[in-house]
Amino acid sequence: MHDLSVAELALGLRAKHFSSTELTRHSLARINTLDTHYNSFITVDETGALAAAAQADARLANGDTSPLLGIPLAHKDIFCTEGLRTSCGSKMLDNFIPPYDATVTRRLREAGTVLLGKTNMDEFAMGSSNETSFYGAAQNPWNTQRVPGGSSGGSAAAVAARLAPLATGTDTGGSIRQPAAFCGITGLKPTYGRVSRLGMIAYASSLDQGGPMARSAEDCALLLNVMAGFDPLDSTSSERPTEDYSAGLEKPLAGLRIGLPREFFGAGLEANTHTRIRDALALLEQQGATLVDINLPHTELSIPTYYIIAPAEASTNLSRYDGVRYGHRCEAPRDLHDLYTRSRQEGFGDEVKRRILVGTYALSAGYYDAYYRKAQQVRRLIRQDFLDAFTKVDIIAGPTTPGPAFGIGAKTSDPLAMYLEDVYTLAVNLAGLPAMSVPAGHVEGLPVGLQLIGQHFAEARLLNVAHQLQQASDWHLQAPPEANV
Amino acid sequence: MRWDVVIGLEVHLQLATESKIFSGAATQFGAEPNTQACAVDLAMPGMLPVLNEQAVRYAVMFGLGIGADIGLRSVFDRKNYFYPDLPKGYQISQFQEPIVGRGHFDIQLEDGSVRRIGITRAHLEEDAGKSLHEDFHDQTGIDLNRAGTPLLEIVSEPDLRSAEEAVAYLKTLHSLVTSLGISDGNMAEGSMRCDVNLSLRPAGSDTLGTRAEIKNVNSFRFVEKAIHYEIERQADILESGGTVVQETRLYDADRDETRSMRSKEVANDYRYFPEPDLLPIIIEQSWVDSLRARLPELPRAKRERFIADYGLSPYDATVLAAQRPLADYYEAVVQACGDAKIGANWVQGELLGQLNRNGLELAQSPVSAEALAALIQRIVDGSISGKIGKQVFEAMWAGEGDADSIIEARGLRQVSDSGALEGMVADVIRGNPEQVAQYQAADEARRKKLSGFFVGQIMKLSKGQANPQMVNDLLTQQLDSASANGDS
Amino acid sequence: MTVHEDDIEKLAELARVRIAPEEVAEVTTRIATILGLVDQLQSVNTGAVEPMANPLDAVQRLRADAVTEGNRREAFQAIAPAVENGLYLVPKVIE
Repeated sequence: MHDLSVAELALGLRAKHFSSTELTRHSLARINTLDTHYNSFITVDETGALAAAAQADARLANGDTSPLLGIPLAHKDIFCTEGLRTSCGSKMLDNFIPPYDATVTRRLREAGTVLLGKTNMDEFAMGSSNETSFYGAAQNPWNTQRVPGGSSGGSAAAVAARLAPLATGTDTGGSIRQPAAFCGITGLKPTYGRVSRLGMIAYASSLDQGGPMARSAEDCALLLNVMAGFDPLDSTSSERPTEDYSAGLEKPLAGLRIGLPREFFGAGLEANTHTRIRDALALLEQQGATLVDINLPHTELSIPTYYIIAPAEASTNLSRYDGVRYGHRCEAPRDLHDLYTRSRQEGFGDEVKRRILVGTYALSAGYYDAYYRKAQQVRRLIRQDFLDAFTKVDIIAGPTTPGPAFGIGAKTSDPLAMYLEDVYTLAVNLAGLPAMSVPAGHVEGLPVGLQLIGQHFAEARLLNVAHQLQQASDWHLQAPPEANV
Repeated sequence: MRWDVVIGLEVHLQLATESKIFSGAATQFGAEPNTQACAVDLAMPGMLPVLNEQAVRYAVMFGLGIGADIGLRSVFDRKNYFYPDLPKGYQISQFQEPIVGRGHFDIQLEDGSVRRIGITRAHLEEDAGKSLHEDFHDQTGIDLNRAGTPLLEIVSEPDLRSAEEAVAYLKTLHSLVTSLGISDGNMAEGSMRCDVNLSLRPAGSDTLGTRAEIKNVNSFRFVEKAIHYEIERQADILESGGTVVQETRLYDADRDETRSMRSKEVANDYRYFPEPDLLPIIIEQSWVDSLRARLPELPRAKRERFIADYGLSPYDATVLAAQRPLADYYEAVVQACGDAKIGANWVQGELLGQLNRNGLELAQSPVSAEALAALIQRIVDGSISGKIGKQVFEAMWAGEGDADSIIEARGLRQVSDSGALEGMVADVIRGNPEQVAQYQAADEARRKKLSGFFVGQIMKLSKGQANPQMVNDLLTQQLDSASANGDS
Repeated sequence: MTVHEDDIEKLAELARVRIAPEEVAEVTTRIATILGLVDQLQSVNTGAVEPMANPLDAVQRLRADAVTEGNRREAFQAIAPAVENGLYLVPKVIE
């Protein structure tokens, strides 16, 4: 059952080959036996899942044909779930049970999905390896000595290990795409404003975007159909109508112009990964696409730009965690100052504190213009690069990461090396564009991801291209060897 | 040494919206603690602000009311600091690009002179919650009901020169914002809070001295007292050769002094930056124009109209036009009774007098405009005299019913029956031959004076209910005919 | 721009995060490295480029002034560390 696609699962449920309860029990059983090796879940909600499955079965019996009805899924532990602990990977929120749902979790609840639990992540989504989680690092199902990527590493690992057919993720600088690439699954970061941020715990407000993670583009489209849409409670949510993201998957690629940024194929890209990416691009070419070399001259600046904007916004987004209304509060505070500093010292991990300090610095008196404002100016230049490129090409393609998953602990002592991992993904968030990572083969048993970047609101086009690639390849169907466990 | 006083005021005005500036929670005053604090106000994880249209409209209306430049593009910023009544750890405010730019309004001083006071800017922001320090055994209790209430912070130029001017400024501002209907202006409930920036400089100098900021002075009287205290304090320092420290001070009304709040000053670095959860506010000029067209009449214009249309004295017009509820009440009275001048006398005299004596707001008046107008009509149509009218008003105030039923129940209707009055006049003439003789001997001028005696007697006889005009007529008639008879 | 240990202590105070004295040196080095990275931006000529706050250059939508949220104090305070009589408690704030 766990190898079936979401479309196949939905057919099976409607044809009564199995019930949602059976499907859910199967997923829960796999989590119970396998996740000790992956640590991809922070919280598993067995009772809630079975109750939701029973409800879904009742709806199915009534002939309800909602596409995701009865399908199990996992939420990144950054989406607030009413009555279910939402930790954001942090000790600060280890005891936080939200009295409300995020818009994304509400929509998926209403669509009849079955929530299995909440997945592991870098603390407050600050990391590219899942190692900053208060709950310990998740492991890569392809090789448990490797990181699953981050920050949505738990979601990627759970989907790759066939613990859940679908998972939600969030992407601030690559946090859906990079773990999708490392774990050999398909992940989509939508256009900024396409998916509501309400109830999605903020890291960097102007960059954060929730999106689907699944094994195939087809499954991602089904999940995005429910996640996407205008939310009046999020001022940055787009009022532009959504489309049926499944409708255009079969469109042929003839005439598609794919731009390959020279900056994405430079010295930093590992040779084997480069080869895999070229192979995948060749498949697209065979289907009628043309490859065009382009330039995105400000690519390199996306790293410093991101590492000003994201920590600056994060430093103030995280001020609300003060031990007063919810979350961790230190024992016996001596005074107000002690309450704040000790609760935050105890509640936040090192990387979070580091980014708070960097962000505080970038916004402090006398530095605002030189850092934050400057970064917002460069951000416009970075976006302009893409807009210029899109006058010549329909989509842009390249590697998602410079190489496959690195070893656990390999980069923890050097934050800078970790930051450089994000060089191909950051610019997309700064420009607010939609982008995907799609499986493109393996290097020494570890998956490689092809990144596809589209124009604003071109999610359907990206999913179409990814689906066509997946029709011509089987990389996305390959499962990590369970014997590896 | 003589000093010039330089004062600028920052007023935090609560806008009279139903819901908060960034959330759908209610803004009512006096609710149970934390019952009007929703997830957004509590800064729950993942919660986001959405801007209240009415707050923007009110800010623009204020801008139009002071002839200001309206920011067609304005931006919200985060002002970062930690305090328990500030749940997000930042206040959403406007720093670089406020919604209302430079404007001005005129204030009138007691000697009748008028001064124009500049407004530097006015911007939208959210209010904080309240800290309660009592009864929690060494703990402070936090109530976040007020958190997120929309505020308009109105910053004046340092154009004010005395406590009197500062108070006149605040009163004029109060009158303006209540007339616009953008705030209830209730100072006791904190709807209008004032920070005073004050410095001294040698008389005639045009360089500004070092200022102190006095926070949260919450009544006209306290503003006056705090300024007097602060002027003396700074003058003492300067005259003894010291220097004024730039700092924040708190006015303590119990001790009538200002004192330093230096604890709050430590390393304030608010790290302002554009609020990424909100986008730039773009206002269409056509919207501004439509608001301008629908702007309620402002106190100055109303005052001019009261003088021109109702023939009121400038003083009466100023009093009646200053506050919109009173002006509306007055105009309702005039409309219902048809006499603007008598209406003005009654509203200013009896009505305001009773309200003051009982410490009531106009809205709490037991006598409605319509009820007062009905009473005035009875005076105008001669049913009762003005003097009896006051008795009736008191009864109305005490809740005894409307004017007609009180007049009826107490039998106060003026005697206008000429038969009855003729009898009374005849009785009085008959009973006072001596005075009649004097009257008849007197010349025209003296007769007028002497007739007062007879009128008084007749009023006494009628318990004040005789129609004075008819009494006069009958009296003159009878006395003159009596003298004519005597002559014959 | 260089950053010193006392700068880090000031920032930590501003951000209300405590850095243990024995960690200050290491944190300073790490932050200095990150600042070294972001300092690359100083050489970019951004002249009159308008800072970009939103990738779509969208503008603020306005919400109708209506009360949509009721009293949920009980639910909210059930997850609070310290409350009494409906108030959140903090150590005494001295004015």
